[in-house]
Amino acid sequence: MSQHVVSLKTNIAVWLILLVLTGVTAGVAFIDLGPFNTVVALVIATIKALLVVLIFMHVKYASDRLTKVVLISALFWLFLLLGLSLADYTTRALR
Amino acid sequence: MADSPIVVDRRNPALQHHFTDMEQQREASSLGMWLFLATEIMFFGGMFCTYLIYRLWYFPDFAAASNSLDITLGTVNTAVLICSSLTVVMAVRSAQLGKRQQQVIYLALTLVLGLAFLGVKAIEWTSKFEEHHVPGPTFNFEGSIPGHPGQPIDQQHAQIFFSLYFAMTGMHALHMIIGVGLFTYLLYHAWKGAYTPEYHTPLENSGLYWHFVDIVWIYLFPLLYLIDRKK
Repeated sequence: MSQHVVSLKTNIAVWLILLVLTGVTAGVAFIDLGPFNTVVALVIATIKALLVVLIFMHVKYASDRLTKVVLISALFWLFLLLGLSLADYTTRALR
Repeated sequence: MADSPIVVDRRNPALQHHFTDMEQQREASSLGMWLFLATEIMFFGGMFCTYLIYRLWYFPDFAAASNSLDITLGTVNTAVLICSSLTVVMAVRSAQLGKRQQQVIYLALTLVLGLAFLGVKAIEWTSKFEEHHVPGPTFNFEGSIPGHPGQPIDQQHAQIFFSLYFAMTGMHALHMIIGVGLFTYLLYHAWKGAYTPEYHTPLENSGLYWHFVDIVWIYLFPLLYLIDRKK
């Protein structure tokens, strides 16, 4: 299969969702949700990032699986970096 | 021999001799670009990791320092980058459909939006310099911990926040400047009609780069600007 051409409608829809989510994340920051403010902000950011990766970067339509393997490996390494570092720093007080 | 598919495909002048056909060539360069982006994720990952650890340690000071950033400009800039991602997508789409004029328009729009982002960033940085919020000997951050009016901010911890702020937005801005350079190159070649539905790999891969830089900002915005805005 040759490259997939994403429809104009899909692109515009993703763009609008991204803009709305930007507004939502800025607005929600002013509402007191306790520790969930950070969680909501990161969940919204991740939804936005996923939309960009899957639709705008064509990963959803990629015909070769290698692209997905590289992406998932990169995220795995990132979580190793963040996870193992935090496993150290967040448990130092527990001694 | 004469009717082998290899010979037929060789007609495209953009096909390099070591690839079997255009499809294979396209997938190979796309894979290369994704590998590069994987290294970029780790590059920014180091800074995000540092940020995360200090934010956990010095949360109140980070919250106070974060509140001094201009949330309006930050939100506007996020929207500007998202719009530029759309124009990049549309430029790639125009190339896929063989519409040269649209390609040129969308690439030019991308450049305008990219420069607008950098302009807003310059305004934000200028005010940080004027307020003495730049880490260094003249650093001075007045204020108290959010929700605790009597508790002053630790200058050292606030400096760590602003060091990370300048390092992360600075690295992001550097990537944007490189992106503007790339897209100026693309605009010139698109104008000359270099990108066809069969071959537009430079445009496609630069697009991937631009979207990656957008994603970095999608995380930087809430992490730097929205730590503790609730009153």
